[in-house]
Amino acid sequence: MRRHLELALEITVPIVLLALWGLVSASGDTFYFPPLTDILEKFQELWLFDRVGSDVLPSLERLFLGYAIACLVAVAIGIPLGLSPLLRRATSPIVEFLRAIPPPALLPFAVVVLGVGNAGKVFLIAFVCLWPVLLNTIDGVTGIDPTLRETARSYGVSGRDRLLRIVLPAASPQIFAGMRTSLSLALILMVISEMVASTNGIGFFVLQSQRSFAIPEMWAGILLLGLLGYALNLIFLLAERRVLAWHRGARASALG
Amino acid sequence: MLEVSQLGKTYGEGDGATHAIASVGFTISEKEFVCVVGPSGCGKTTLLKCMSGLLEPTAGTVELRGRRVTAPPPEMALVFQEYSRSLLPWMSVRGNVTLPLRHKKLGKGETARLVEEAVEAVGLTRFIDRYPWELSGGMQQRVAIARALAYQPEILLMDEPFASVDAQTRGDLEDLVLRVREQFGVTVLFVTHDIDESVYLADRIVVLTPSPTEVREVLSVDLPHPRDQVDTKELPEFARLRAHVYRLIKREQATGGDEDATPDSGARDAGGDRGGRDRVRG
Repeated sequence: MRRHLELALEITVPIVLLALWGLVSASGDTFYFPPLTDILEKFQELWLFDRVGSDVLPSLERLFLGYAIACLVAVAIGIPLGLSPLLRRATSPIVEFLRAIPPPALLPFAVVVLGVGNAGKVFLIAFVCLWPVLLNTIDGVTGIDPTLRETARSYGVSGRDRLLRIVLPAASPQIFAGMRTSLSLALILMVISEMVASTNGIGFFVLQSQRSFAIPEMWAGILLLGLLGYALNLIFLLAERRVLAWHRGARASALG
Repeated sequence: MLEVSQLGKTYGEGDGATHAIASVGFTISEKEFVCVVGPSGCGKTTLLKCMSGLLEPTAGTVELRGRRVTAPPPEMALVFQEYSRSLLPWMSVRGNVTLPLRHKKLGKGETARLVEEAVEAVGLTRFIDRYPWELSGGMQQRVAIARALAYQPEILLMDEPFASVDAQTRGDLEDLVLRVREQFGVTVLFVTHDIDESVYLADRIVVLTPSPTEVREVLSVDLPHPRDQVDTKELPEFARLRAHVYRLIKREQATGGDEDATPDSGARDAGGDRGGRDRVRG
């Protein structure tokens, strides 16, 4: 009963809010807050599917490329750092310094060195997404139960088997937590990078619309970004549920 | 086959050093079942870790068939007390039992046969594709035993394996260990703080002193095989041995002569989680 109520609320509240927005904006007398119907009209015009090829796909390409590179590199670096206290100590000042740099400050650098094409944007997204995954991977690996390490040692499980069947799965709940944080960062950095020295992408489109006083178009772009973030998070959670099914099961049985 | 000589382990250095094991020596013969029993906190786990090559002793040696143990040897398999933390929750029972065999390169058929045989020996064939966390504590420990057996060890080291299961399950698991020991023909070193358990299982018992640990006494158990939870424990010889071991441990603990002065470390540690069946008050 309670579950049904919660689900009903989850669905109806956004609809009610949208309806309110529609009603309030319907009069359409403020330039910056055009009627919702106008925005939705533009949304349909633009994103179903006129500008999908020219703006949405390039944006998604940057996002996924940057995000994937970040995740792979972070796990690849994080595991050895997690396994070796010495390596961890040696690199921690560098890690702390690099991750303290406010990402947009790197944008000029990326433009100058990597140009106005995709490379600079992908670099920026990857650079920012790297840290949460890296730090979580290190934490996950260092936090592996000593009994588990001893089990691996006493049974001679080493090399590839140890890495892929013990260390990586044991750290995976933490790695996923980092990847989830990075996913929202990836979207933010995608938009920021497209607002500087860019010729396409959703971020570019939103800024361009604003500059040419195409306010409904600007709103349609913002709406799309919101929906995109929502959808990405949803897909991520579904994937996580599948991959970490054992983790939820084990935790539930430990608590029960 | 396994020889422990003058083994010592000290943690730290100088004034802050902790002498966990002073000097321990004993031997285990081929196919023998040896129980190491001692009061809680007497360095049993440390001793076992040194014997298995997981921990480096600060003095003395451990030799397996004349070869010095410096790292976990492939002829040895370990069963830990914390089964829930030594099994991999992301793998099924089959995956857990198979993992240590992967690097032995036995071929698919042979590996599968060993795994299934071991799982059958512990009576979990029906659960082979389940995950450890779907099973009860006693069943999880049986998975750990199956993993050790499939590894085809010559010696099985067990570190208080049944300390965290209920009394009923514990009896079943004790009988299971005796059975698979016959079936697989392995030598067993069984560490426990439970006096009943040690007398029931062992061919020989090594009684340890509190930390810094030494060997208090080594005694032979001449109880008939096969052992039975009811019949064996009714024998006068069982009662005699049990009382003897109990006194050895109790005397060591009650430094100062008054036994009741240390009820906490004595009575509880010797068998507190089993309804105090070891509590013999003089």
